[in-house]
Amino acid sequence: MSDLVFWHRLQFGFTAAYHYLFPQLTMGLALFIVLFKLLARRTRDERYQDAARFWIRIFGVNFAVGVVTGIPMEFQFGTNWAQFSSRTGEIIGQTLAMEGMFAFFLESTFLGVLLWGEKRFGRQIHDLAALALFVGSWLSGYFIIATNAFMQHPVGHRIALDGTYQIASFLSFLLNPWALAQYAHNMIASVVTASFVVTAVGAFYTLRGAHREQATLYLKTGVVVGLVASLLVAFPTGDWQAKLVAKHQPVTLAAMEGRWSSGPWAEINLIGQPDVLNRRLDNPLPVPGVLSFLAHGSFDSNVRGLDEFPAEQWPTNIELLYYSFHIMVGLGTIFIALLGLAAFLLWRRRLARTRWMLWLLTLAFPFPYIANTAGWMTAEMGRQPWLIYGLLRTRDGASHLVHDGQTVFTSLGFAGIYVVLGFLFVFLIMHEVAHGPVFAGPATGGHKE
Amino acid sequence: METLWFWLVSVMLAIYAVMDGFDFGAGILHPFVARTDAERRQVLGAIGPWWDGNEVWLLAAGGSLFLAFPKVLAAGFSGFYLALFMVIWTLIMRGVSIEFRSHLPDGMWRSFWDRAFNVASLLLPVLLGAALGNVLRGVPVDDTGYFNIPLFTDFGTGNPVGILDWYTVLVALFVLVTIANHGALFLAWKTDGPVHERARRFAWPLSLLTAVLGGLATLITATVNPDIYANLPHAPLAWLGMLMFLTGLALVFWGLFHNQDRLAFVGSAAFILGLLAASAACLFPVMLKSTLDPAWSLTAHNAAVSPHGLRTGLKWWAFGFPIAVAYFVMLFRLHRGKVKAAGDSEGY
Ligand code: HDD
Ligand code: HEM
Ligand code: HEM
Repeated sequence: MSDLVFWHRLQFGFTAAYHYLFPQLTMGLALFIVLFKLLARRTRDERYQDAARFWIRIFGVNFAVGVVTGIPMEFQFGTNWAQFSSRTGEIIGQTLAMEGMFAFFLESTFLGVLLWGEKRFGRQIHDLAALALFVGSWLSGYFIIATNAFMQHPVGHRIALDGTYQIASFLSFLLNPWALAQYAHNMIASVVTASFVVTAVGAFYTLRGAHREQATLYLKTGVVVGLVASLLVAFPTGDWQAKLVAKHQPVTLAAMEGRWSSGPWAEINLIGQPDVLNRRLDNPLPVPGVLSFLAHGSFDSNVRGLDEFPAEQWPTNIELLYYSFHIMVGLGTIFIALLGLAAFLLWRRRLARTRWMLWLLTLAFPFPYIANTAGWMTAEMGRQPWLIYGLLRTRDGASHLVHDGQTVFTSLGFAGIYVVLGFLFVFLIMHEVAHGPVFAGPATGGHKE
Repeated sequence: METLWFWLVSVMLAIYAVMDGFDFGAGILHPFVARTDAERRQVLGAIGPWWDGNEVWLLAAGGSLFLAFPKVLAAGFSGFYLALFMVIWTLIMRGVSIEFRSHLPDGMWRSFWDRAFNVASLLLPVLLGAALGNVLRGVPVDDTGYFNIPLFTDFGTGNPVGILDWYTVLVALFVLVTIANHGALFLAWKTDGPVHERARRFAWPLSLLTAVLGGLATLITATVNPDIYANLPHAPLAWLGMLMFLTGLALVFWGLFHNQDRLAFVGSAAFILGLLAASAACLFPVMLKSTLDPAWSLTAHNAAVSPHGLRTGLKWWAFGFPIAVAYFVMLFRLHRGKVKAAGDSEGY
């Protein structure tokens, strides 16, 4: 390959996208488990306890894959992005180490208690473990996002004479406004994923006429929490993100929307294919003003187009960036519509009988995963060609002594391992769902054979 | 400041070795000490609450290395590129095998994961041991502060060096035996019944082998990297480390002899800690020795970030570390006593 960093990028992007398939469910489900536990304490209703137990089992399998795919991520900063790591360690090393010290220790300590400790340690400690897992996973989300936010929008640093990045203000780095927006949006998006998964299982059981009580419970909580989260993900958090991008990465915004020339009443295109060579958008279906509103809060404000910027500052893969952004926003809109309708049926007490809706809800669970992945692709490809926005180019951050023969080898290795891992994971989850929320006495991690 | 962080990182790595060491060791001995499914679940039940937390010590140590000595992390990780991915893939296989095994009661499923768990547990100490060997011997860091080392060259310790040569293989073997022994002592302490008996039976020869190989490796290191011993007179901590590992070794034998399993395990932990502390003290301030030119070595002084960055890290580290230790103390208390073959392995 002529492009020196192509394989580093592909490998990092692939492993990160794969890793994130798991934490998004972990973080969202942790919220649901805490919710079920709270309801169980409040109402003393055993059904909520059973719901918590069932989802803890799913959580366990999911968490394990999240852990083993997360460990490579940590290593890859050093293996694949040595120049970047060596220069920015003083800054991003802080949050990465804090993630280990404050979040991962907490999670790993209480995971065992949550999975296997209900009988041994009693309900009190078990509830506490659920809470600890929730706090731990949401903390780890913050630290990693603060790390990423520095790359999107560097603040609180100083560049030393030798080109390394030093901490000027630790607090402004930690409380980067970009991190706050990204965190809010991303965490709520993870709740969307969990809601769809919980809802799908509920709808599936209802269709099959299995586990009636539990099914109704999942359906109800899933739809209600899912609707709230879907609304919040679009507004205010998605909107907040868009404003930051408009302000600090105007080229990125233009590329996300395939917008070549500047002007007011900027439109969002429902469909359309960017033709980068000829600098135009084919077959557009525009809704005027929406982009202006997203970017600056009023429909007639000016949104700058790509023509205003030199081409070497453009994101490197405008086509994919454009589609990623549109897939995320498009799906987000569909989620609101779908769950709005489901909530309406729920309110009219018709949901459990509306089979087409139950089918839709059963089949819909992959889409939040797609939306989340598309969202990260938007963020990460929109950041290009910078590794640290405006300061360090991606090609200057790679490990220069590691050659393609090595990166291709390891990328292929990951591809193979992750395909197998994916099959095993799906197989086990299907096994758990088929087994269903049936418990003889307090739950155990596996089955008690 | 740099010296302090050099020691913080070393201590965290040493804790990692002791903690993950016992679950690696249990995995190495797994097929030999546990014959029935109930016994295998007993072994997994003994390490089950620990292994993930133990691994976090590696992440936390790596993170601390990253924030304090990013040049060492960058050079080391990219330099050992291929070898590190083998470590990563083995870690993946191992984690998955522990967690997936219990979910199906099927015999074929379980024996597959048992084997995977065993192989992965065996490979990791070998790989990490070879890494330790490389750090002790030195790597070809060039004038830009980076290197990229092949997996092997001619198996000699002179330039051009490879990851595997006769010396690093010897260190890897020594680490393998030490870790297997550490696991045997852990199982002897934390289990009862036949597993306990068999683990004790393994511990005797393994302890002897550890002592012999340890002595051999120490002697040979003197010829491979003479600088290490040249440092000895000015490194009081190295003497302390040596005292610690000798005492540890003595405790292992004393504990084995007097049926004091816990003492023997503590001895083994002290042995590993002391050994690593002594090595770190002898290497100090060098972190990655260059085999090409000593002037190009990465040291705690030329690879550290600014004093302000180190101080910032220390501020939260001083909170985080005690909390992490507290979790482990709590875990030990929650899981005190022996894991029984029948009931306690609930979930495995
Ligand atoms: C269920 C998932 C999901 C849904 C439905 C949405 N998003 Fe999103 N979005 C994410 C999941 C996500 C994400 C994966 O969580 C990202 C990637 C990085 C981040 O912080 O959040 C993200 C990033 C992200 C960015 C930042 C891009 C960058 O940093 O360059 C913007 C501007 C939006 N989103 C805007 C929206 C809008 C206006 C939505 C309206 C419906 C929307 N998102 C729905
Ligand atoms: C989990 C969700 C994430 C996904 C799906 C994701 C995806 C990607 C993709 C697709 C790329 C390649 C971009 C390109 O080359 O065009 C990339 C690059 C990269 N990402 Fe992420 N990323 C995620 C999270 C993160 C986080 C949290 C960090 C930092 C802490 C991060 C750091 C990086 C780095 C260092 C690169 C390589 C340099 C670059 O290409 O800019 N990523 N990621
Ligand atoms: C690309 C950068 C990333 C790195 C280096 C990374 C690193 C890791 C590591 C090492 C683990 C295993 C921890 C253990 O052993 O217990 C892990 C798990 C986890 N990660 Fe990531 N991660 C990345 C991206 C993300 C993102 C973007 C999020 C969410 C915002 C996230 C959230 C989590 C959570 C909640 C866990 C707990 C385990 C699980 O949920 O399955 N990570 N990550």
